[in-house]
Amino acid sequence: MATPSAYAGTADHAHDHHDDHKLGFVQRWLFSTNHKDIGTLYLIFAIIAGTIGGAISGIMRLELAQPGIQYLTFFTQGNLDASYHLWNVFITAHGLIMVFFTVMPAMIGGFGNWFVPIMIGAPDMAFPRMNNVSFWLLVPSFALLCGSMFVEGPAGFNGAGTGWTVYPPLSTSGHPGPAVDMAILSLHIAGASSILGAINFITTILNMRAPGMTLHKMPLFVWSVLVTAFLLLLSLPVLAGAITMLLTDRNFGTHFFTADGGGDPVLYQHLFWFFGHPEVYILILPGFGMVSQIISTFSKKPVFGYLGMAYAMVAIGFIGFLVWAHHMFTAGLDVNTKMYFTAATMIIAVPTGIKIFSWIATMWGGSLSFPTPMLWAIGFIFMFTVGGVTGVILANAGVDTYFHDTYYVVAHFHYVLSLGAVFAIFAGFYYWFGKMTGKPYNEFLGKLHFWVFFVGVNVMFFPMHFLGQDGMPRRIPDYPAQFAQYNQIASYGYAIMAVGMLIFFVNLAVSMLGKRRVEGNYWGEGATTLEWTLSSPPPFHQFETLPVIK
Amino acid sequence: MTDLALRARRRTALLAAGIALAMIGLAYASVPLYRLFCQATGFGGTTGRAEATALPDAQTLRSLGGRTIKIRFDSNTAPGMTWKFQPRDREQTITIGEKRLAFYRATSTAGTATTGRAIFNVSPDTAGQYFRKIECFCFTEQTLAAGETVEMPVTFFVDPAILDDPDARKIDEITLSYTFYPVDNPAPKPLSAAATKIENKG
Repeated sequence: MATPSAYAGTADHAHDHHDDHKLGFVQRWLFSTNHKDIGTLYLIFAIIAGTIGGAISGIMRLELAQPGIQYLTFFTQGNLDASYHLWNVFITAHGLIMVFFTVMPAMIGGFGNWFVPIMIGAPDMAFPRMNNVSFWLLVPSFALLCGSMFVEGPAGFNGAGTGWTVYPPLSTSGHPGPAVDMAILSLHIAGASSILGAINFITTILNMRAPGMTLHKMPLFVWSVLVTAFLLLLSLPVLAGAITMLLTDRNFGTHFFTADGGGDPVLYQHLFWFFGHPEVYILILPGFGMVSQIISTFSKKPVFGYLGMAYAMVAIGFIGFLVWAHHMFTAGLDVNTKMYFTAATMIIAVPTGIKIFSWIATMWGGSLSFPTPMLWAIGFIFMFTVGGVTGVILANAGVDTYFHDTYYVVAHFHYVLSLGAVFAIFAGFYYWFGKMTGKPYNEFLGKLHFWVFFVGVNVMFFPMHFLGQDGMPRRIPDYPAQFAQYNQIASYGYAIMAVGMLIFFVNLAVSMLGKRRVEGNYWGEGATTLEWTLSSPPPFHQFETLPVIK
Repeated sequence: MTDLALRARRRTALLAAGIALAMIGLAYASVPLYRLFCQATGFGGTTGRAEATALPDAQTLRSLGGRTIKIRFDSNTAPGMTWKFQPRDREQTITIGEKRLAFYRATSTAGTATTGRAIFNVSPDTAGQYFRKIECFCFTEQTLAAGETVEMPVTFFVDPAILDDPDARKIDEITLSYTFYPVDNPAPKPLSAAATKIENKG
């Protein structure tokens, strides 16, 4: 493998820097075709969207801190019915923003764009201009979703209060106003953006690997993005089809999902979850990839069971398409169907278990160090395992009949997503921060961020298991007083988590304003992938001469 | 970049785009496929529609030993439907395999002619595929003049195959439920004539 010095001081490099200066702001950031600049744009977008989505959940935790309606009425001039609807709008917006505009842009658009080309030794993505289109589609899409909160949804109330699942008939006859149409268009555009991105990644990874970089030598992060791209390609068009049917049902008198016209609302649920279940793997797979890189780096060992790790992701992606109806156990499936979906769902625990085992085996006997990214990665493994265990419990159709739509489900998917995916994003962010900016992050603030955030999210989400087991339904702004204690604790947890995020932003500001620089490979011998052979930040165009992988 | 490399990329991208388009196609194809699936399996309480010739012959009937099953009749109207809609009998006990006639009565309380369409469902779900209708007012749209009352027939039988299904053979009660929905733009020739004619006979 090439050493950092092979690229750092070449004539090409100097020339690139010259290039760098020539581009004006508009040229560089609005018309960007450079994968690293687009990756940066995605990351900034994800941070902004995540802040908005997180603020919305802050209002939700504030309202849930005690029984009764205290704060929602502030937004609705005291109108209680409008407050109830506003709650639905908030849960919808929070879900859609976090899924489509925070986690996906950060993992796939951000880290994927930044590091997939570098890790396979390619100069850029296969279609740089299409890459730019992918990013800029996301901005109007996000604007449409935010805008939908301010136009009429149900008669007399503003916003789409349908949940992120947009089930009919609530989303059709229940929301005559244009808010749902705007949300649907927003999803269409976000979907188009992701499909274009997926095509770009697949083409890049399949065609542009450096000489010697066979599929079975690719870093696991590249494998994870490849599998994710295929999941996007296969699942998102189904969502696009389903919401297009919803749109025509709403506006053009078709009857795909209306019972009185011979349609069936349950069909929408099948289509949605045929997309929705692979979607949750789309959210977590790149995280798997990042965590594999990070654990290997800070154990100073190659990852344990490389092939098993790669094909476990392929298996998760494949089985992910065969389990969708476990989201619909209460929709009237017969007992044999439920039995199949229970069994198929539990089988996913096998490849996932292989991954958890291999991460631990990578650390076993390794020369371990624990800088911030390693803490986040280990935090990820812990959180994801907790969420995985509750997932296996929920996979039982009989148990799920009781747990369906309770806070137990909320706890489960926040443990795998809010704590799993988000921990992976922060792990990657700290791991590559110096590589992306050329500046070191503040190690003390990074670790403080981790510990405060770790305590906060656990205090917030763990009590939700108890609330769910006690039967507290999700998606409601008010609850009987018996649930008050744990809800209050959960809301304290949010406050702790918010302090953690504040530390993150302080760290970001302190680190960006700092004058210190980092070297090409600041993690040392454990960091073996190609991005560590380049300077930090990498030259504007890397690998003009392709690296050769032994 | 060589032409060859560019062509390879273009081919991969077009292939990927083709897959995406095929998946959209599959989403739409799922609509008729799902309907076929429901009719074939009675999934979610979809009832079967049968010709009169599908009725079991006398010999088969005798071999069943005259097992009976209770049929309960349920009626609903969707919001915005201005009809009073009720079954004439709340329940009937019938022999499995035997053809039966049941009536529902609808009275329009609207000031003008109104059209409705009945959507049906059977509970429990597993009984759906064995509940076979030969004729039903729900097969067509119904139009009622202002204040008109009609009796609407449904001819049905319970398929003896129910006795061979391990999930369904112990069922001793089936509920047939109808919901009338308003139709904004009725079909050019509403066929309420059939319904009123039966009323005269009955």
